[in-house]
Amino acid sequence: MTDYYREYLAVAVLIGAGLAMVGGMLGLGKLIRPTRPQPQKYVTYEAGSDPVGGWGQSNVRYYVYALLFVMFDVEAVFIFPWAVRLETLGVQSLISMIVFIVILALGLVYAWRKGVLRWA
Amino acid sequence: MIASDPLLSHGIDLEVVLIVIAKTIVVFALLLVLVMFYIWFMRKVIADMQNRIGPNNAGPWGILQTLADGIKFFFKEQSIPDTADRWVFRLAPYLSVLPAFLAFSIIPIGGKVSIAGHQTYLQLADPPIGVLFLLMMSGVGLYGVMLAGWASGSKYPLLGAVRASAQLLSYEAAFGLSVVAVLLHSGTLSTRGIANAQAWTSWHSFVTDWYWSVAIVSFVIFVIAAVAETNHPPFDLVEAEQELVGGFHTEYTGIRFAIFFLAEFMNVITMSAIAVTLFLGGPSGPALGFLPQGGFVNLWIMPVFWFFLKLMVLLFGTVWLRASVPRLRYDQLMDLGWKWLIELSFLAVMVTAVVVVARDQGWDRWIAVPAAFGGALAILGLLRLCMPHRDETVSEVV
Repeated sequence: MTDYYREYLAVAVLIGAGLAMVGGMLGLGKLIRPTRPQPQKYVTYEAGSDPVGGWGQSNVRYYVYALLFVMFDVEAVFIFPWAVRLETLGVQSLISMIVFIVILALGLVYAWRKGVLRWA
Repeated sequence: MIASDPLLSHGIDLEVVLIVIAKTIVVFALLLVLVMFYIWFMRKVIADMQNRIGPNNAGPWGILQTLADGIKFFFKEQSIPDTADRWVFRLAPYLSVLPAFLAFSIIPIGGKVSIAGHQTYLQLADPPIGVLFLLMMSGVGLYGVMLAGWASGSKYPLLGAVRASAQLLSYEAAFGLSVVAVLLHSGTLSTRGIANAQAWTSWHSFVTDWYWSVAIVSFVIFVIAAVAETNHPPFDLVEAEQELVGGFHTEYTGIRFAIFFLAEFMNVITMSAIAVTLFLGGPSGPALGFLPQGGFVNLWIMPVFWFFLKLMVLLFGTVWLRASVPRLRYDQLMDLGWKWLIELSFLAVMVTAVVVVARDQGWDRWIAVPAAFGGALAILGLLRLCMPHRDETVSEVV
């Protein structure tokens, strides 16, 4: 094992502990809780009346937010390494990053002018 | 600079593994006890603010109320709706609680101590990509909520799940960018490195070394985005009782429901701990001068004490928010995220970068800093001019 992965030893132990706790809680619950099945108990909740139709529909607009989000999140991939190494990279990288961010901001302005960011 | 736990740098033998397991169990138990007391504390403080008494029957001052509630959940019948995707329905509680635990593992709780002859940090793990690990966990945490809502096969939970995704997407960008200011100042992704960079040297460290002051705009954005990411009021649209019954966990009963609540409160605690680490100096704080510098109290107790003091202050802040701020409307929530926080965090990154470069290159700080702020305000003004006004109609693309 290299040093890099060694740091994750504790994380692995914690994953085990977390899984054991949730599994233990669910298992213990299974042992001591009552089970008296009735068909009405397994109907989904809809304010007391019988549910109508299947699943609800969600607006296709959410898809556009997801695309915009990908844009900003992928940009974070470039910004994080730059931020950590700015001291050695110096002025030139600062200017390039500002140009990069301004171009991204233009993308947001475009989406905004196109009416993507409206919710009412 | 890769800061790494000295415990693990000399190969792994049985003793090291035992220390790691012991630390894990301590952190694990600590987190569970914190959640238990946080819920009690929250109910008591809100009760005080609303002129009620709050829980007062289980144990002294009702301190065991959370435990009593938890035990009750074990005895409740479980139901999985007929329309549910059974496998995902059962998986979702695990997915929502694990990231909350894991994010806590990289929080520096105390200083460097020596256990059984091994030097180690009071911190579970210190991966060189610590901050990215945090962001990753806050992203993965969404899956629990989203899949729980989707797998229920019911309308209200699905709406809650969609809201959760839209909300997380809107605030994740601002959240990540507000952390960049800290990285610019500290030059490392390791949480231990960030905490060390904010070490206490004298009383003015509070202002000059801790990042809340040098990156004040990012700190404010971080706090808002973190509150939104944890679905904490006033951003709790995911489970808005008046609109969505219970939101994503409407169909969950008994112990599975309890696990979602555990995850939610654990997220609040973890986020507060992250804020303490990144912006408030982590475990750094003045040592007790009248005791020896390397003594037990100053090495073990004081850093832990300062960490928890700061954590308590932030946790009280979250309770205060819950008690006093009304829930945002959906369009207000999205406006705040997309139209204000993302732009402001971009500008904060640029200003911070200019300030850091000015410091490194020895530019005159009294010219560089005002110039950076002026430039940022000019860009913000330009952006605002380009945006549609309140009554202007814009062409629809979707």
